[in-house]
Amino acid sequence: MKFTSLLATAAMALGLATAAAAEDKTKVGFIYVGPVGDGGWTYEHDKGRQAVEAEFGDKVETVYVESVPEGPDAERVMTQMALEGADLIFTTSFGYMDATINVAKKFPDVKFEHATGYKTAPNVSVYSARFYEGRAVQGHIAGKMTKSNIIGYIGSYPIPEVIRGINSAFIHAKKANPDVQFKIVWAYTWFDPAKEADAAKVLIEQGADVILQHTDSTAPQAAAQKAGNVITFGQASDMSEYAPLPRVSSIIDNWAPYYIARTKAVMDGTWETVNTWHGIKEGMVEIGEISDAVPAEVKAEALALKDAIASGEYHPFTGPLNKQDGTPWLAEGEVADDGTLAGMNFYVEGIEGEIPQ
Amino acid sequence: MIVLEKRPQPSQAWSYATPVVAVLATMVFGGLLFAAMGKDPVEAIRTIFWEPLFGEFAFYYRPQLLVKGAPLVLIAIGLSLGFRAGIWNIGAEGQYIVGAICGAGVGLAFYPHEAWFIFPLMVIAGAFGGWIWAMIPAVLKVRFGTNEILVSLMLVYVAEQLLASMSLGLLKNPEGFGFPGSRNLQSYDSAHNAELITGTGMHWGVVAAFVAVIFSYVLLKRHMLGFHIRLTGEAPRAARFAGVNPARLILFCLGTSGALAGLAGLFEVSGPSGVVSIDFNVGYGFTAIIVAFLGRLHPVGILLAGGLMALTYIGGEIAQSQLGLPAAAIQVFQGMLLFFLLALDLLTNYRIRAARKEVA
Repeated sequence: MKFTSLLATAAMALGLATAAAAEDKTKVGFIYVGPVGDGGWTYEHDKGRQAVEAEFGDKVETVYVESVPEGPDAERVMTQMALEGADLIFTTSFGYMDATINVAKKFPDVKFEHATGYKTAPNVSVYSARFYEGRAVQGHIAGKMTKSNIIGYIGSYPIPEVIRGINSAFIHAKKANPDVQFKIVWAYTWFDPAKEADAAKVLIEQGADVILQHTDSTAPQAAAQKAGNVITFGQASDMSEYAPLPRVSSIIDNWAPYYIARTKAVMDGTWETVNTWHGIKEGMVEIGEISDAVPAEVKAEALALKDAIASGEYHPFTGPLNKQDGTPWLAEGEVADDGTLAGMNFYVEGIEGEIPQ
Repeated sequence: MIVLEKRPQPSQAWSYATPVVAVLATMVFGGLLFAAMGKDPVEAIRTIFWEPLFGEFAFYYRPQLLVKGAPLVLIAIGLSLGFRAGIWNIGAEGQYIVGAICGAGVGLAFYPHEAWFIFPLMVIAGAFGGWIWAMIPAVLKVRFGTNEILVSLMLVYVAEQLLASMSLGLLKNPEGFGFPGSRNLQSYDSAHNAELITGTGMHWGVVAAFVAVIFSYVLLKRHMLGFHIRLTGEAPRAARFAGVNPARLILFCLGTSGALAGLAGLFEVSGPSGVVSIDFNVGYGFTAIIVAFLGRLHPVGILLAGGLMALTYIGGEIAQSQLGLPAAAIQVFQGMLLFFLLALDLLTNYRIRAARKEVA
């Protein structure tokens, strides 16, 4: 492969050049699927980037490109960063997976970190957060708070991560309130305020008085605020500008400690391929302040649930649980293994509707 | 007071000058925008226009210009035929998607069999997919007089749903752990639209784009059908007297633009992209409309415009990572280009005159 060696030579030549010029400044690149101002997913990743800058000051240089479409464009942006001398590149969306692997092959000396994927390589790590732990807490509050017993859920794409969240929220909503029913709308986007607002409106019109979202913008929060008497949860970021109502709590993705640790590992030369899946315990998933709109006893229960998950005493997927079609999945007291969770492509019993095929 | 006076004939000189003036105006006002954001305007403009072509890593970016520009040119050439005749295919994005699905579908049906004929079959299927999707608005227009703008645009959203369904169901990679998206055609040799010469960015889609430019040029200059297309756009009544069959023209223009968009989709899915995924389409079908107008609906102009558009994309990304410009500023910059072009287009048909104030 001539091209590969050409790139490698260029990268090496540049590596030498920058090493001499920038006095070992570690360059860290970030590729974002949405704009940094989305108020959700990308916003939190960018906070992680800023934390890296704050932590290491002059010793690092960070660069980012936002709103990069998943596909060949992502591959070009990654190549560009690697060419310009990045030592470590975080690719922060599931759809960047193949592009990350392709570019990593061409730049064996550059380290890559791909969020929410499953393909690793000698210079590619994957990392994700156990968002489903936060969903359990959300589900509990949602089940207690709903009066119409209809909970609306805005899904992005029917991938295991999202399905896991729906299942976890449903299981705990059902425990809190056996009459609860989920209505799920698929938006087929991570970030599109107009589509997300439409989805929220449709759900509210169908009687939902709680809206959960797995999309990144604050548009559903705004739609709920306008409708009144509807509660929501911040997604990926605290979205506290909508507190105390409609936003009653949130799941916050805190990437900063991970990003700092990995940057440090590159600096120290101790970087290794890892498959990280952290949750509430490690602080990668945080539960945002539960607002006063939630009755005190519900709040206490929710916090107790959170603590139980954090201490490892309780797992959100604990049997007895059946799959949607009634076939047994987990026996009494049995806990789901990570493999099944990672590839989850079924609903649990009680959820209506089908996963889009 | 300034008045606009209609020219007896559209100005030849201005029709060539407007794209250039529009680019210059975009540079000036884009520079002002960047300056207002606290960035060095000269540096930003230089990064966008110079860096991909002659910068340190131009050896990588130049081939990328071909990869990014080829689908734009291929689609825009098809669109320009219809636009010249006043037939508005706004749904190239949908035809692009369906072409990709059909082409990739044929390739995946043969997996893992290796044979020389698989890729040619995929090409045919890709063109057919785009063609059939464009035939829907064409036939509806011919039979029932529906508006092709609305029908073709709405079919984009249908195609997007179809794409999602294919990524999640029929074409889903059986070894993909339940994640949506097809097998990667890049790792299936018989179906891979690889670079013809490594490191040049030259894949079959780029070749097809150049061939389309030449064919379109010959068609418009030398062929009776090309004459009919131009005549219909410029003087519909005269065209009718000259015996142009409007139904035939609609079917031809929409069908050709659909087939070319389908081809673009196929070359993209089998090459740079590799997978049929929910997010496969990134707006080439819509951007190609800008490219067609920026190129004055002229084949050579479209070729240049496609290159320019690709340049602003790639240069824009470099500016983002090097200078920290936000993505939205780059999009505004691209929008300015079309805005200035359309605004300055006025000068082709009108002249500006200072009129004396008349006393009442």
